[in-house]
This record gives sequence, C-alpha cells and structure tokens, in this order.
Amino acid sequence: QKNGVSNGTLYKKTFIEHFEQAPMYVAVLTFVGFGVGTIFGYLRDFMRAWGLEKRNIAAEREQQKDFVPLYQDFENFYTRNLYLRIRDNWNRPICSVPGPQFDLMERVTDDYNWTFRFTGRTIKNVINMGSYNYLGFAETDVNALKTVTRELQKYGTGICSTRQEMGTLDKHVELEKLVAKFLGVEDAMVFGMGFATNSMNIPALVGKGCLILSDELNHTSLVLGARLSGATIRIFKHNNMQSLEKLLRDAIIYGQPRSRRAWRKIIILVEGIYSMEGSIVRLPELVSLKKKYKAYLYLDEAHSIGAVGATGRGVVEYFGMSPDDVDVLMGTFTKSFGAAGGYIAGKKGLVDFLRTHSHSAVYATSMCPPVAEQIIRAMKCLMGLDGTTQGLQRVRQLGKNTRYFRRRLHEMGFIIYGNDDSPVVPLLLYMPGKIGAFARRMLEKNIGVVVVGFPATPITESRARFCVSAAHTREMLDTVLNALDELGDFLHLKYSRYSKSSHPELYEETRLELED
Amino acid sequence: MDVRSLKNYLYWLFCQFELITCSYLMEPWEKLLFYTFNITVLVTALYAAYSFVPGHISTAFQLFLHLFGNQRESAVSVVK
Repeated sequence: QKNGVSNGTLYKKTFIEHFEQAPMYVAVLTFVGFGVGTIFGYLRDFMRAWGLEKRNIAAEREQQKDFVPLYQDFENFYTRNLYLRIRDNWNRPICSVPGPQFDLMERVTDDYNWTFRFTGRTIKNVINMGSYNYLGFAETDVNALKTVTRELQKYGTGICSTRQEMGTLDKHVELEKLVAKFLGVEDAMVFGMGFATNSMNIPALVGKGCLILSDELNHTSLVLGARLSGATIRIFKHNNMQSLEKLLRDAIIYGQPRSRRAWRKIIILVEGIYSMEGSIVRLPELVSLKKKYKAYLYLDEAHSIGAVGATGRGVVEYFGMSPDDVDVLMGTFTKSFGAAGGYIAGKKGLVDFLRTHSHSAVYATSMCPPVAEQIIRAMKCLMGLDGTTQGLQRVRQLGKNTRYFRRRLHEMGFIIYGNDDSPVVPLLLYMPGKIGAFARRMLEKNIGVVVVGFPATPITESRARFCVSAAHTREMLDTVLNALDELGDFLHLKYSRYSKSSHPELYEETRLELED
Repeated sequence: MDVRSLKNYLYWLFCQFELITCSYLMEPWEKLLFYTFNITVLVTALYAAYSFVPGHISTAFQLFLHLFGNQRESAVSVVK
C-alpha cells in the first residue's frame, strides 16, 4: 500500500512509501523451500552425529557431551545447514577502491563452501551496487586527495592516544567546527568508529530510571547502546507514530514499573534512513510528539547524512525542519564521506558533557588525521567552500540516480520497499533458493550485489539490497537494470501487482498528424 | 521452433522447481535422494489414480443412474 500525505500541514512534500505484500502463493512456496531445507538439515545432522559424514563445523569435545548442548539452537542449525550452502555470496574480498566499479578476487570452493581457495585471478570492473558510497567520495583521483596526502605526510597515520589524554589534534577541532557549521548546530564531537559512537554514547546519556523508546528495526549499535545503558527499553512498531504515542502516554501516566514515579528521562531512538527497508523516518510527526510529551529525540543519520536533503544535510533538511528540534544528532562518516568514524552534534552543553563523560572519549583511540582530512575535504566540497559546485552536483546526481533506478524497477514489476527518495533500494526475493541463484548469476554478469537473508531480515522476506551512488553513470545503471530485467524473468521475481507498463510510449496516441 | 520453445519452457519450469524447493542448493547425492523420493511419490499417486479412479467413477455413475432411473420408472408407472 502507498502512504500519501497523512497530516497535510506537517509534511511540505508528499511522503510515499511502499511495503507491498507479495501474493499468497509466494509465502506458501517460501515455506515449502524452508521445509525441504530443514528436512535435509536434519538428515545431514543425523549423518554427522552418527559418523557417516565428516564433521567440519564446531562441535563439543567428548568430555562436554554430558553438559548442556551448545550448538543445538535454531541459529546454529540454520548456520550449519542453510547459510553454509550459499556462503560463497558473502565476505567476498575486494582488491580495489570500492567506487562505482571495483575488482574482486576470484574464489572457488572444492567442498561445497566449507573452505575457499583463491585462484589468483581478479575479476575486473565489477559494477558495485553494494557499497555505501552515496556521494562517490571513495575515489583514488590524485587531485582530489592532494590535501589528504599532505596531512598524511605531516601527521603520519597513528594517534596513539585517546581523546582525553593526548589524542586531540588541531585537525579534530577543525573538523568538529566544520561539522557543527554543516549541520547548523552549536557544537559537535567526532569519534573514531561509527558503531562505537552509538554503543558508547547512549550509556553516557541515559541510565537506570530512564526510558528508551526504540524503533522495531533499529540498528544493532543502537540496540547494544540501549542495553548497555541499563535503562528500560520499550519497542514501538516500525515508523508507526500511533504506536509510539500510545507508549508515550502509558509511560507518562503509569511511570516506572513498581514505584510509579515519573521517569527521569524519556528518549526516542530512531534512524534517518533504515538500511534494510529503505524507509525514511516520519520526522515532523515525531518532533510534534516529542514536544507534546516532553521527551528527547536521538536521530541516527548514518545513511541519510549527505544522501537526502536538497544540499545533503540529511533528513532534517529533507523535511524542511530546524536542527534545533532534534536533541541529539548522530551520524557516521563511513557512508557518504568515504572515510570512517561518527559524530554527535547538538547543543554546546550536550557536547561538553559527552567530552567528559563518554566512554569513547576516555578509552577509545581518536580518529586518525588523514581520515579527518578526507572528511574535511568532502564536507567542504559539499558546502561549496572549495570554490566549486561539485558537492551540490553530486547530491543532485544521487537524487536523479535514485529516482531513475526506483522508477525503472517499479515499472519492471519487482517488489521494492521503502521511500521514493531513499538511495537504499531493497528488492524482495523471498525464497531461500533464489538468494544464492540471484547473487551468483549477477556476479557472472559482472555486477556485485549484496543479498540479505535470515538473521538480518524476517525469515520469509529475504532481499537483495542495492545502494545507488552519485558516481554511477546512466550507462552503468542501465546495464544493471537490463541484467535485473533478464534475471527477473528467468528467476520469476516480478511479483508486484501494481506495476505500470514498461513501454508507456507505445500506448500514447495523443499526437495526430495533420496531413496537408 | 515450437519444439525448441517448448523445451526452453520446460527447462525454465524445471529451474523454478529447483529454486523453490531449494534443490538448487543441494549436493548431487542429496538431489538424487530428493528426486528419487519425489518421483516415487508421483509414480505411486499416478498408479493409484490409474487403478482406482475408473472404479470410483463407474460406481458414482451407477449411483446417479439408479437415482434418475428410479424417477423415470415411477413417472412411467403413473402414466400407466
């Protein structure tokens, strides 16, 4: 179903998201596939237990056999019997920069994915539809990296210290001021690793006696940070503001579980773009809810900073809101800036608190100078401070590529999840047999895709996730789309019941030739 | 040409069967086991159909004839 403009005054442009359900026979056949896989899994486990087949996977020692079994749960069963059969589609080593095209090391297996061996050859110029390279800053062009090379020669590569001891360089101060200026907030702090930014800073902000309201499909770093903090965690349905409002009302009316006291703090954890669904958070409604019930908002813009918004400043700009509405703005530099690391931005009081109280500031090594310089040059390019309009062109190119790619995939009849403006495009595959077939055949056509299966997605909704990049040219996207068309027909993946015709010009008869 | 497109279509159907039942992912001996089992079940079902269905149909047909036959006899007896 499509969501139109739900609350007409809050949204300044239409908010269209698709989460189409496949026909019923697809779900039935998916279960048939998993059923056959499970039966054969039990058969193989039986053969392994009775010694009819060599055991290659982790097993307990003889002395441990009388203790509680370690590898009997469903996760291990799934890994042994289903994941292992298609394991060659993941963890593929690459040997070039992950730009719009890259080189893969060729890898073969002799014993059905238990072990791999490299043949020594590389597969060249594979079109990259899996890297988070939204603005195309993962490049090796010497002119572009001039400042990075200079800083590398000046500072070296290692910091050898944490932020609070001797690890704060003038580069970090410059970067933090630039990030604050980019986002339009008072101050910002950068950390060496994006995952660690979430998992180490949420415990510093909330503790026991606080309430965390987290979205159903939040990333592992947010979940880990929430669990480490010791606060009470309640989950609301994905992007569903009615569910969130109900939880907020219950929290304020009933207070803490046994003592009925008021919660010390209520914080809402959401992401800008959810990377497995491609959906964008409903920020206007969220901010109005937060103001009404006096909660705090923590927005993780890992995938949306640089990728959405008219000038690449994230979901806050995409919805035309002010950055003062969000209490904690968090993001990473891994996706759109071609570097590594994360930042937290907001009011000066918040950032000063984090400088002293964050675990990451006290114990983790700070960001290394060449990486900081790469972020500085990417951000200056985006803001136009380097004197060119290249940054804005990249943002516009990404928007064009995203809309073109999504429109063509919808027309072809695939089921695509997510918002029309998000550069993350999940294409639903559903059946376990098709996951392996899809990834292998796309690699044969020289296109590298990422397929996702059970633990990261619900078991019946496995998907292939494409990340559109500003560095992709129209020809590359057309190559990928033609390959997808062919493969969609061969594997029968075009389940959508709402597809438009892919050749509308054949049906247009609005032009009448007047003969003189 | 028609034979070639029919063969392609059958091959495509077979590929769909392989993908849906995950036999695309199985090792050769597992595939052998799976197809043997499937073909055995199919042959048994077809044999059962071949041997029992005509008997069932003729019994059902006789039942219907008996019902309608009775009616005709009673109509004839009234006219008499």
